[in-house]
Amino acid sequence: MDDKASAGVSMDSRVAGVRRETAETTLNLRKKSRPGENVIQGFLLFCGVLSMFTTIGIVLVLGNESLHFFTNDNVSITEFLTGTQWSPQIGQFGILPLLLATLVTSFIAMLVALPLGLGAAIYLSEYASPRARKILKPVLEVLAGVPTIVYGYFALTFMTPLLQSIFGKDTVNIYNMAAAGLVMGIMILPLVCSMSEDALSAVPRSLREGAYGLGATRLETATKIVVPAGLSGIIAAFVVAISRAVGETMIVAVAAGAGPNFTLNPFASAETMTGHIARISGGDLSYDSIDYNSIFAIGMLLFLLTLVLNMGSRRLVRRFREVYE
Amino acid sequence: MTTQDRYTLNARNMSVFYGSFKAINSVNLDIERNKITALIGPSGCGKSTVLRSFNRMNDLVPSARVEGEVIFHNQNLYAPHVDAVEVRRRIGMVFQKPNPFPKSIYDNIAFGPRISGWKGSKTEMDDLVEHSLRNAALWDDVKDKLKASGLALSGGQQQRLCIARALAVEPEVILMDEPCSALDPISTLKIEELMMELKQRYTIVIVTHNMQQAARASDYTAFFLMNAERAGEIVEYGPTGDLFTNPKDKRTEDYITGRFG
Repeated sequence: MDDKASAGVSMDSRVAGVRRETAETTLNLRKKSRPGENVIQGFLLFCGVLSMFTTIGIVLVLGNESLHFFTNDNVSITEFLTGTQWSPQIGQFGILPLLLATLVTSFIAMLVALPLGLGAAIYLSEYASPRARKILKPVLEVLAGVPTIVYGYFALTFMTPLLQSIFGKDTVNIYNMAAAGLVMGIMILPLVCSMSEDALSAVPRSLREGAYGLGATRLETATKIVVPAGLSGIIAAFVVAISRAVGETMIVAVAAGAGPNFTLNPFASAETMTGHIARISGGDLSYDSIDYNSIFAIGMLLFLLTLVLNMGSRRLVRRFREVYE
Repeated sequence: MTTQDRYTLNARNMSVFYGSFKAINSVNLDIERNKITALIGPSGCGKSTVLRSFNRMNDLVPSARVEGEVIFHNQNLYAPHVDAVEVRRRIGMVFQKPNPFPKSIYDNIAFGPRISGWKGSKTEMDDLVEHSLRNAALWDDVKDKLKASGLALSGGQQQRLCIARALAVEPEVILMDEPCSALDPISTLKIEELMMELKQRYTIVIVTHNMQQAARASDYTAFFLMNAERAGEIVEYGPTGDLFTNPKDKRTEDYITGRFG
């Protein structure tokens, strides 16, 4: 039995050996040089590295100029972060009025964009007929394509008069944070909608069927199964929306007012961080003056703000992720 | 015994269309109460479509349309005034691939009762969850980790969780669409044993690709095949023992002896 088996093995290996010899003469497995591959690979690496170096460059410039600002004798970092008055002419550098205006306009924008955007996303992914989707989605995309300066004038010439006719001309300033915030919300709405809809559409069909199979209605399926399952994507959409609102410039520069104002009243005029940077850098500032450096400090704070938001969102997304595969 | 006592569901000349395509041609099928009825046949012959027509799951496919009648409690499920949501609460479904919700085991079970307007105390819900899990032979596996995600379970356990979830709303009928196709043989055996117990209280209709499973586990078997127009039809329907040992139709014999399919 054993002999037979070993004979079989040696027979097999001899046959294989013959085959290998013939193969070596005909089959060439040597490495070839592929210059095209290397060029493309190099180019792709360049693309990746370029964006990285751009970010590093921005951080360096912002950091360097802010450093100049904070090393100035007239400025202290505690005053910068806690002061309630921003008037560079008399050496008052308190960021709070600008920061507060940014927060108020962003908050108003979120009040509009988050519920409406999520609602539209739920409608599109769970309710809309293919025909309704075909009409609605392009309309939303048009909304996303409107230049922000147009939104700015829309806020100034439509939203503000509307607010004035509702609340009275005495209450609502001609430049006010409410109009800017509301219009900013409309601007961000398509972003929230399309990102949330992507998150909802990614929820597997089998989960919806499971819910329907237990006698869930459309609303119960959408709110209790699909939205929780897509929550990580929805949170990501919300955070991107907030970053967008915090960084938005044109609408607030046109409609919210020029001049810092430390107030929570949405109908008062106030200048946001971005609006201030836009206005100051539009005028003629002498290079290396303290005014000039101050706008870099504001820029740095804006940058840190969005950075923290983005990092926070990654945490949240990980925490709320409901894995469904 | 009257017809309604003996049968839970009666399909009468039921045809199903997807757009203009006729997927099912005039099916007549009487599903007997407290029995397991298996639907077998080659891929694409419409077994699942028939199954999904029994609790109006096909409503979710925009182009789907059902003609004919499905009688349940002397009412046609496709009558205009019938609410599909109410139908599905009484005729539950277990799917091919286990699809637990990305929630805790406890919440998976509690979902159905909660949306059905369940008004009991926390302890009553605890009891209901335990009861459902026991009936699905899953309680001993999960009693210490009810707060763990349903997705942390093995495939077989997930499928039993889905059965437990369906039982928690106390349906009369459980439709199973190839419930074991994604499971290993041991998990499959457990599900089959479970079905045997469940038929004391429920009527079960199961679609299966596995002829041994139909022969082992079912009381009645319906054999489906596509006709010349590619619409599914019933070729033969009868007690499982008769159909497998003494098929009346040549095509049934060819299929169960493995000559095609």
